[in-house]
Amino acid sequence: MLSPYGMLSRYGMISPYGNQNRYAPDMSAKSKKGTHILPLKLYLGVGIALLVLTATTVTIAQIPLGPYNLVVAMCIATIKALLVAFFFMHLWFDNKFYLVIFGTAIAFLGIFIMLTMFDTMRRGDIYQEVAKPFQPEAVIYEKATPDTTTSHDTTGVIPSEHK
Amino acid sequence: MTIHPPTYRWELLDHYSDATQQRESAKLGMWIFLLTEILFFGGLFCAYAIYRASNPDIFFNAHKALDLHLGTFNTVVLICSSVTMAVAIRSIQLDRIKAGIGFLTATLGLAAVFLVVKFFEYSHKFHLGQLPGKYYTYTGIKGTNPHLFFSVYFSMTGLHALHVIAGMIAISWMIYRASRKHFSARYYTPVELTGMYWHLVDMVWIFLFPLLYLVG
Amino acid sequence: MEMTIPQHNYLREPKGLKSWLLTTDHKRVAILYLISVTISFLVGGIFAMLIRLELIGPGADFMTADTYNKLFTLHGAVMIFLFLIPATPAVLGNFVLPLMIGARDVAFPRLNLASWYIYFFGSIFAVVSIYLGGVDTGWTFYTPYSTQSTTSVIPMTLGIFILGFSSIFTGLNFIVTVHKLRAPGMTWFQMPLMVWALYATAVIQVLATPVLAITLLLLILERLFNIGIFDPLMGGDPILFQHFFWFYSHPAVYIMILPGMGIISELISVFSHRKIFGYKFIAFSSLAIAFLGFLVWGHHMFVSGQSEFASMIFSLLTFLVAIPSGVKIFNWLATMYKGSITFETPMLYAFSFLVLFALGGLTGIFLGALATDVQLHDTYFVVAHFHYVMVGGAVMALMGGLHYWWPKMFGRMYNMFWSSVAAVIIFIGFNFTFFPQFLLGMKGMPRRYFLYQPQFQSLHDVSSMGAFFMGIGFVIAAIVLISSLFKGRIAGANPWGAATLEWTNATSPPSTHNFETTPEITHGPYDFDKVTNRST
Repeated sequence: MLSPYGMLSRYGMISPYGNQNRYAPDMSAKSKKGTHILPLKLYLGVGIALLVLTATTVTIAQIPLGPYNLVVAMCIATIKALLVAFFFMHLWFDNKFYLVIFGTAIAFLGIFIMLTMFDTMRRGDIYQEVAKPFQPEAVIYEKATPDTTTSHDTTGVIPSEHK
Repeated sequence: MTIHPPTYRWELLDHYSDATQQRESAKLGMWIFLLTEILFFGGLFCAYAIYRASNPDIFFNAHKALDLHLGTFNTVVLICSSVTMAVAIRSIQLDRIKAGIGFLTATLGLAAVFLVVKFFEYSHKFHLGQLPGKYYTYTGIKGTNPHLFFSVYFSMTGLHALHVIAGMIAISWMIYRASRKHFSARYYTPVELTGMYWHLVDMVWIFLFPLLYLVG
Repeated sequence: MEMTIPQHNYLREPKGLKSWLLTTDHKRVAILYLISVTISFLVGGIFAMLIRLELIGPGADFMTADTYNKLFTLHGAVMIFLFLIPATPAVLGNFVLPLMIGARDVAFPRLNLASWYIYFFGSIFAVVSIYLGGVDTGWTFYTPYSTQSTTSVIPMTLGIFILGFSSIFTGLNFIVTVHKLRAPGMTWFQMPLMVWALYATAVIQVLATPVLAITLLLLILERLFNIGIFDPLMGGDPILFQHFFWFYSHPAVYIMILPGMGIISELISVFSHRKIFGYKFIAFSSLAIAFLGFLVWGHHMFVSGQSEFASMIFSLLTFLVAIPSGVKIFNWLATMYKGSITFETPMLYAFSFLVLFALGGLTGIFLGALATDVQLHDTYFVVAHFHYVMVGGAVMALMGGLHYWWPKMFGRMYNMFWSSVAAVIIFIGFNFTFFPQFLLGMKGMPRRYFLYQPQFQSLHDVSSMGAFFMGIGFVIAAIVLISSLFKGRIAGANPWGAATLEWTNATSPPSTHNFETTPEITHGPYDFDKVTNRST
């Protein structure tokens, strides 16, 4: 009872029953489909590709391309990230559902950023609208000579209330 | 082929019917956790996007305060650490435990180098007063509210550094367990999961680097 | 045949407090959550009673304005983060999910226990915050006030940050469990609709909660170091906080209601003794609600200064998200049509849900229309709307589910007459509490106001009386359930004649490992004519 195994099994954290395989079954690549071992060359190749892409992105960043600097840098970063995900994290070789999970995370992040920017990037829109009367010929707008003592904001002013 | 006696930590847990199911469940769980990490960092990426879009001049001017050489060096360091991590797992898959421990240690070492470089970068900024928010006292950057860049810089790289530290703790624990012969070609799931986490930390930096250091 | 509580059940073995505190049995974790969540409901309910007591008269009755601000903030924060978000998934979901799919436990039992400890740890921070005087920012913590308020914002937000991880880990556990641990023969479309609902909820939990975590972290950094991210004086944007906050908090309301809808699917089908109508539609509508719920958060921000362009898009998407909920309601009604309906207590709660959720949901549509929202935003109309869906919806469903699965969890049946009396009292009390609030809102009474114009007093008084009446109902329900543990008659394995695995293949209460052998799936979850072990 004093051994860690004893305590853990006492409280059900490791169960002594229903466990036929006391010895770990062979999960090595030779016998199990799906637990593949990738060749060393592949890892080194991807690593070198990542370093080359890093050098590329740093070099291109020195060239002034205006807004395209961001686009190019993000494209290169995306390729690097996909290389890490597909080869180092085995996304390319594993159960395709992991790809769904990864894609979902990116998609929802994209939704978050996109819809938030619909707000922050379009805040100024209203100011174009305020300056224009909605229907210039409508009776509610002042047509008399401009009154210099009051403001010139005529939107929504009912003639009887003016003065 | 000799059957290795199990270490006491590996058990087919009672509610799983076979080892494959248990291993696949662990991987699925880890991928979902990585999904949550992507969304966690994602909030900061959103804040970055919004502030850069509305203050492009500050971001351009302020990013020059960052040392491109150190940033590139750090990127190289993390990429190498990802390679060593992947090779470490591969070694364990091939029952070469000593090599695996070696590569895990290399990963740990490279992570430490990353943090040391970050420490130098941060202390340089502290020295110059290029700090977030109300602590910003540097005068060399043109534009209104240049501290915005540094608020974003420190929160993003700070959170990333915290994740690097957490990763280092996990890798150390894996080194300890590997040295106690808990892992073999038959069972290496915890190392695999640690590797997945580490690669995510690398991926986040792959995006942080151009966004912070390469503002065109 | 004399029915007895089975000798080997999860409540009896293993024995001892330590075995409970170190348990990995999902059923025991569910009971741990039941106790903590009930305490949280009590605390939140006390805050509510104090608010309603104060609002009986238009002037200051027995508290200051500051205290009032703290009370509605704490009522909201405790009820949402400590009660509603965890309750149905962590209590009923934990108990029932593995049983319903024929599994022996959830995918990661130790993580499940850790989720409970994290919940406990997070609640301690919330209690510390209350002890240090509470928070007065509103449960929404809007900047710039939350960055400047002198109340104990940081302990509370830290507590909620920690509670978020409890939610994330529960969601993660459920997703992997449903994908990996279904018994042979339990295909996706053989699963009970409760499992579909829990799965959709779990997806929301893992996607949305991390954003809450970063939001609160940024708020804490803003308070501690004034990084300027939400401060307009420093170039920041206070509306950005609202975007961050509502990106989580809108899906959060679907975390609260979706499991409830899953319960209702079970209840209506069992107590109409009829196969659920439109199984696939209900299953997919849960997923649709989960997805669409992420696209509508801006409808909380129509008058905040958000751009008109974004507001229009969010308004349109809000109308879309109502459609799957409507699909469910019609399917439930069609299930009852020509069914042989019995009126046990769980069914009474299901009827309450149908009426109250329909009302609450419809009023949500009114709020989703831009022009009406300008009038109704931040009035009592909104308060009434969300109480109708959260209390009239989620809490009624939780009560129904608790009364439905109680005999399975504890092996004993409660006094059906008094539990039904409690259900009726709760329904009547609820409507007297919250229907007047729709009228108050339309007449212009703002929310979160401590003082109000005298013409609103009569409606406020009706609301407060209703609240006390509803509280009595909950107390009676609690007494009925707790006394059943000591005096209830033995329920047997399947008192309701239901067809899902927890009723047909497990004892009441179930044994620690749920099933002696892996269950064989011989019929669908709603094939009542194939049930052979009805025990009443």
